[in-house]
Amino acid sequence: MGAQKKRAAAAAAAARVSEDPDDLARQPLQAILLADSFTTKFRPITLERPKVLLPLVNVPMINYTLAWLEAAGVAEVFVFCCAHSKQVIDYLENSEWFSQPNFTVKTIESHNIISAGDALRLIYEQNVIHGDFVLISGDTVSNMSLTQALQEHKERKKKDNNAVMTMIIKKSKPSPITRQSRLGTDELFMAIDPNTKQLLYYEDKADHSKGTICLDKMLLAENPSISLHNDKQDCYIDICSPEVLSLFTDNFDYQHLRRHFVKGLLLDDIMGYKIFTHEIHSSYAARIDNYRSYDIVSKDIIQRWTYPYVPDVKFCGNRATKLERRGMYRALEIEQSRSAQVGSFTVIGYGTKIGSNSKISDSVIGEGCTIGSNVLIEGSYIWDNVIIEDGCELRHVIVCDGVIMKAGAVLKPGVVLSFKVVIGERFVVPAYSKVSLLQQPTVHDSDEELEYADNSSGTVEFSSIQGTADQSNGEMTSESSEAHKPKLGTGGVGYIWSICEGGQEEEWRHSVAPIPEDKLTELSEAMDDDQELVTQDRTALSTSGELISDSNASEGDDNEDSKDDSVYFEKEVEATFLRAVEENVKVDHVILEVNSLRLSYNMTSADCAGAVFYSMMKLAIKTPHSSASELQQNTANIITTWQKLLKSYLLEIDEEIEIILKFEEMCLESAKEFSPLFARILHILYDKDILQEDAILRWADEKEGADESDKVFVRQSEKFIQWLREASEEED
Amino acid sequence: MNTDDSSWWPMGDGVLCNAASQTYPSCNTFTHALSFFNKIEGSQATARQTAELLRSVISQQRVPYTNQAGALIDAVKAIGEQLIAANPVELAVGNIVRRVLHIIREEDLSLTTAAIGGLNLSAVSDDENDDDRDGDSTLSAAAVAAAARSTLRPPSLQTLLEDTPVSAAVPQTSSSGGDSEGKSKSADKSSRSRKLKHDVIEAVNELIQDIVTCHEQIAEQAVEHIHQNEVILTLGSSRTVLEFLFAAKEKKRSFRVFVAEGAPRYQGHLLAKELVARGLQTTLITDSAVFAMISRVNMVIVGAHAVMANGGVIAPVGMNLVALAAQKHAVPFVVLAGSHKLCPLYPHNPEVLLNELRSPSELLDFGEFSDCMDFGSGSGSPLLHVVNPAFDYVPPKLVSLFITDAGGHNPSYMYRLIADYYSADDLVVQRRATAGN
Repeated sequence: MGAQKKRAAAAAAAARVSEDPDDLARQPLQAILLADSFTTKFRPITLERPKVLLPLVNVPMINYTLAWLEAAGVAEVFVFCCAHSKQVIDYLENSEWFSQPNFTVKTIESHNIISAGDALRLIYEQNVIHGDFVLISGDTVSNMSLTQALQEHKERKKKDNNAVMTMIIKKSKPSPITRQSRLGTDELFMAIDPNTKQLLYYEDKADHSKGTICLDKMLLAENPSISLHNDKQDCYIDICSPEVLSLFTDNFDYQHLRRHFVKGLLLDDIMGYKIFTHEIHSSYAARIDNYRSYDIVSKDIIQRWTYPYVPDVKFCGNRATKLERRGMYRALEIEQSRSAQVGSFTVIGYGTKIGSNSKISDSVIGEGCTIGSNVLIEGSYIWDNVIIEDGCELRHVIVCDGVIMKAGAVLKPGVVLSFKVVIGERFVVPAYSKVSLLQQPTVHDSDEELEYADNSSGTVEFSSIQGTADQSNGEMTSESSEAHKPKLGTGGVGYIWSICEGGQEEEWRHSVAPIPEDKLTELSEAMDDDQELVTQDRTALSTSGELISDSNASEGDDNEDSKDDSVYFEKEVEATFLRAVEENVKVDHVILEVNSLRLSYNMTSADCAGAVFYSMMKLAIKTPHSSASELQQNTANIITTWQKLLKSYLLEIDEEIEIILKFEEMCLESAKEFSPLFARILHILYDKDILQEDAILRWADEKEGADESDKVFVRQSEKFIQWLREASEEED
Repeated sequence: MNTDDSSWWPMGDGVLCNAASQTYPSCNTFTHALSFFNKIEGSQATARQTAELLRSVISQQRVPYTNQAGALIDAVKAIGEQLIAANPVELAVGNIVRRVLHIIREEDLSLTTAAIGGLNLSAVSDDENDDDRDGDSTLSAAAVAAAARSTLRPPSLQTLLEDTPVSAAVPQTSSSGGDSEGKSKSADKSSRSRKLKHDVIEAVNELIQDIVTCHEQIAEQAVEHIHQNEVILTLGSSRTVLEFLFAAKEKKRSFRVFVAEGAPRYQGHLLAKELVARGLQTTLITDSAVFAMISRVNMVIVGAHAVMANGGVIAPVGMNLVALAAQKHAVPFVVLAGSHKLCPLYPHNPEVLLNELRSPSELLDFGEFSDCMDFGSGSGSPLLHVVNPAFDYVPPKLVSLFITDAGGHNPSYMYRLIADYYSADDLVVQRRATAGN
């Protein structure tokens, strides 16, 4: 471990040496910075200000990204602005980024873009990218050195023209309980070739309920070794070749960088494009995706993992701040009462006033805030010019610019107060609520795929809202008596947003507040249950849920696989059938459903017949009965009702034999109650024209040579068979 | 590879550039230079860059007819403030700014005294000049006082000690005031404006030369300190130490070097590599083994990040441990420092930023510990805090000898040496800098 660490340090030192500006200057490196995340996770704040301009430890996020790009040797950055593009462009024009000698920042503006894919298509049309470029969104914080990753990318590209992208990843263990990474994103599964570092599989929306993931068999067949990771974090920093842009243009349905583009490339084996990964060890990179990652990245910055992008080192537009003991950062001109307690890991901005007996810990306070006395602030992010009157309590919340909290107001964990909200005296804002001066947009679409559409309407709506923002302010007082708007105490101004449907239970996952204790225990209990279930499943079905890691996966495994499949198939068919019985579904529809199951499991119609018959018999046995004759009656009824369904699969004699065999098997194993009735039910089936005499005779003939034990049912139905034989002879 | 390199990463050059271009919209070359300012590694390079930068400021500064020195001082101070604020940890920047300010004052003084001394041709105009100076509060007092005692100007202690053998090999390096006195014979008023600027630039050139050659000048003294078959211990890596040891080696001294690796950056490894490449017998040890090994050591030779006015040393982390071990075993503890590292401030001055906390990733791997830093559960406050300070403070009583490019000195002598290099009026540059922001 020690030696490894040292080697890493030495390597890092070497990397630093080689990073001279001349080396990179030979081919100016370009970057595309998406100043819009095309999601709505930071609403309601992002209705009024773009995400990239939100302060992260008192510095707008985009500055971290730009400062890093500049230091990493990027010569030209195209900032793609969409929502609130005017604000972004105004900000950049007033910042020093436009006046750097060796670093050009250009903005590209568009209003009708609703996804990253569209943005890249537009950039492709403008024809400004000439070589390899870095693709990053404006909410990424990093301090990694690009040199090595870039070199690897170029060398790979030289050898293999299809290596179009290098994705930066970093080790970060997900929580085993919540199944999400520390940044609040879902647990990510990646399969990587350990030798070439090629990315083979990428799944960020795995189904955790089963505790399994599915890999394509071809992956195992084609690659001598793969390593599967769940402890890697996607940094959302990509080094791309220019082909990536044309790929987006060719596949006009690519919207999301990961969900569509990366997965699309991985699945598409016609073009053979490859994505590689580069893992960083000693440096930091993370993207702010939701409120939780905002919290976590802020804490990482305060803990100096992002060095040199820390508050006390000037990197861009941050005010002079001093680092004091126990991780306290203080800007100048702070007025602090002697009795106020400012705890560790706290950042206090320029010109802020703190009253007596107030306690502040693990928080970031912006510039020009006024905090009264006896205020408690814990783990919170308070932006600029906020007024907090005496006796307020804030725990794990985000408070935007210009908010006023009247005396005694309380914010429960996870609350987000958007710009200029006023909270009335002694008002308690319930946990996880979001408060804004703007009303919640009426468009609700919990469907993931329609997120973009939702977003687009959001931006359009915004432009209309901004015009009327002042107006709505005025209206607020008159309208606030209306019933559907919860008031914010006396003198409070703003709307409490109702939590989006579907997201209600999951709100705690992505909020700034730590996950409550009871949720954790609940989850870990659920997980224990799951595990038990899984183990039970294993013993019951002897599934091979494990990865087949042997490259010599033999026929035996295959058989087992298909056996699994047939078990699942039977279960599905049974479930379908039972539902049909309960809900009185038409026979035609049931046939359709079973057919689709048959296709998806790749089964023969004989399997279907067997499965359908099995379900029918299962149903018969489950229907309450007191005697064998009653059971027989039930069976007859069911067969009469559903004979059409069964018949549709009995195309040939083979399928009929399959049914008899199945029935025999059931009588022996799962449904022994039938065994005395075997001959009679066989007769019923014959009567209903489900089984033809040929099939029964053939079955009897086949059994002729079998063991004595197998002949039980043949003997039982001997008379019937005899009768059949005689009948056919007579016909002849 | 210097121990005391500033961050290899840029800090705040954006701010700098912008501010600079606002103040001096005409100097484009200057802005350009500034943008690279913080990418420099090592305090020697930083010092040199600072001096070159200030030289270009001075040469581009338009000098008014009267009070030229005041104008130059203001210009240098304005830039100096920004430079210091941009990288407060690198004390060499502030040192050089103050050195340049001192040079301007000295040159002005010598010109004035020459005028008074050679004088009497134009008493009226001199008065006029003095009147103008009165407006400038910072300068006038010093100038008048200095002018008053100029004739009996006490020789610097350095010049008194000139004939001691230590500095025999060392050229005159104390501030250029002395040298230029001789040059500025002309009291001709019309040429004075050009004269002052010219003299100042020349003196700054000398300063740059000093900075460039400081390693050689220190190394030249090596044979006087390293003797045959001695064992030398050093910590981390310092270019000055490296050159010093090489110089001794070149003079056919045979000795052994113990290198403490200098966790967490492990620059000792690089030093060991270079020493071996030059054929020196080298032993690499961990920092924690220093105490065990010190009894076999004849002398400890280390580099420094800065030397404070009280003789205390700011050095890479772990140095205090080495110094204490050396004291315990009565091993001489020698610090090598170029004169640009002499800082006129005291370490208890709150304006001095003594330390820099670097990224915890140098200590441990983020991925391995990521589950310890999941703030999403529990109280939300981090339980694990990794502190990675870059520097240690070694008090003067633990230092046996300083070797600068001006010779070897006792810690108690440092304040006197500093008085030769800096004028007391300039010590406040930094306060203005922080307040100015």
